[in-house]
Amino acid sequence: MNKVDLSVQVGPLKFRNPILLASGTVGYGNEVSEFIDLNTIGGIVTKSLSLKPRKGNPPQRILETPSGMLNAIGLTNVGVELFIKEKIPFLKKFDVPIICNIAASTIDEYVECTRILTHEDSIKAFEINVSCPNVKEGGLQFGNNISAVGKITRKVKAATGKPVIIKLSPNSSYISEFAQVVKDEGGDAVSAINTLVGTAFDIYTRKPKIHNVTAGLSGPAIKPVALAKVLEIRQKVDIPIIGIGGIMTWKDIIEFMIAGASAIQIGTLNFINPAASTEILKLIHEYCIKMGIDKISQLTGSYNI
Amino acid sequence: MFIVNAPVEKIIELDNQIFLIKIYCPEIAQSVQPGQFVNVRVSETIYPLLRRPFSVCDVEGDFFYLMFNIYGEGTKILAGKHFGDTIDILGPLGKGFNYEDTYETAIITAGGLGAAPFPFLIKAIGKKKNIFTFIGGKTYRDVITHGMTNISMSTDDGSLGFKGNVVQLLQANMEMLNSSKIKIFACGPNAMLRNLKEFCIKFNFECEASTECAMACGFGICQGCPIESTNNKDQYLLVCKDGPVFNVRDVVI
Repeated sequence: MNKVDLSVQVGPLKFRNPILLASGTVGYGNEVSEFIDLNTIGGIVTKSLSLKPRKGNPPQRILETPSGMLNAIGLTNVGVELFIKEKIPFLKKFDVPIICNIAASTIDEYVECTRILTHEDSIKAFEINVSCPNVKEGGLQFGNNISAVGKITRKVKAATGKPVIIKLSPNSSYISEFAQVVKDEGGDAVSAINTLVGTAFDIYTRKPKIHNVTAGLSGPAIKPVALAKVLEIRQKVDIPIIGIGGIMTWKDIIEFMIAGASAIQIGTLNFINPAASTEILKLIHEYCIKMGIDKISQLTGSYNI
Repeated sequence: MFIVNAPVEKIIELDNQIFLIKIYCPEIAQSVQPGQFVNVRVSETIYPLLRRPFSVCDVEGDFFYLMFNIYGEGTKILAGKHFGDTIDILGPLGKGFNYEDTYETAIITAGGLGAAPFPFLIKAIGKKKNIFTFIGGKTYRDVITHGMTNISMSTDDGSLGFKGNVVQLLQANMEMLNSSKIKIFACGPNAMLRNLKEFCIKFNFECEASTECAMACGFGICQGCPIESTNNKDQYLLVCKDGPVFNVRDVVI
């Protein structure tokens, strides 16, 4: 046997393999397409889009930390209108599902963005960012408020017939309570996790190293946290999970799937090796053959606790 | 853009703990332009995690050089490389210097490790223009003359050459600067570039500067390296993709 079925189902969404490229680490696809054939990956999640273009935070936005990085970009993006006009035509050239990530300052803005973008055929689903730690309005103000997450899920679902995924914050005590409200309000899946809030100081000037003071921690440093959050959701709520957080190798992907993820997103790794997903896919395939797994989806939630 | 596992040819230690690493990489050596950079993964482990950006210092056939000092974990690992090791290089990246336009004299202005991109630029300009080099440092230990030509030097403490900063040194040489159609090519700390920009505006000199900013990817997707544009207040430029070399009048330094 050398044919492994790598396709996965995330609620109503089918992907040719479990590897999606995470929002904010793949732009709108064009830069990464110089390194990999986009037709070989499971899907692309766009940089967060807001109704109007956003300039983002002043520098410094990025800092490396032990086995991780802090970022406080501040949702820089071209806005919905330019995205449709300039970015979608490029993405349409590929046979890869596009998940549109939406960030907003108000609940109405989430709805408005979704309402406009839902008419674009190439957008297969929406990922709603209620967990950006780096903006003053929106973001975590919603992500740490269960009733706001419920309301956003309900209203966005009403604005589109396409699947809605809510990207959850790890910066709460019980992520499963948020996953539960997403399910109750008709959400199709959750992405877990967004970045963890962190900061760093210059010990000589005593100033924060990041202009925004706090920033989102990503990279392999957060993988154990992400795995525990995925497991918590899996054990408490019956909703498909897209696992994210510090994936660097094929083994990390298998681990996320065992913990309960139906698919995963590669994030920080895209900055280091934008060609990584193609290499990783090959190794996942080899693992499945070695373990006698004929459908990779069998791994989801297959932990032995 | 290439991602290449490139063999290290050798490490050369210049004076004052400045290193050159010579790398065999025809793909990059044959396509890189002066002022462009590469993003180097110094180790396959997850610490350090991100690549490290370096200006390409010089090119010789299928080889290119990077110049660095030991600043942190990444450069410490880089300095420990030997012949036969390979390093993972992403590049060439960014926009380099426009050195082929109509000026007659190139004025290279470098502060400290800002000397890095200039051996390559000087070689590329060759005999087509006059070249004068002004190099500054805090002390004599920070003045890097490798690959430079027609050198004038300054140090903040006066331990070598002119006492003062490199922009003051330029100012002291105004006679020469006025003498022909010149273009200034600069690289160095932000404070130096700020002074230099002011100087260039005051005396109406053309100037391109290579800028620096913390970045993750080096090719535009992380959006980590914004620089304020003077032409469009609604949108930042990116150091990695729109730069690192900018006309100093186009950016807020």
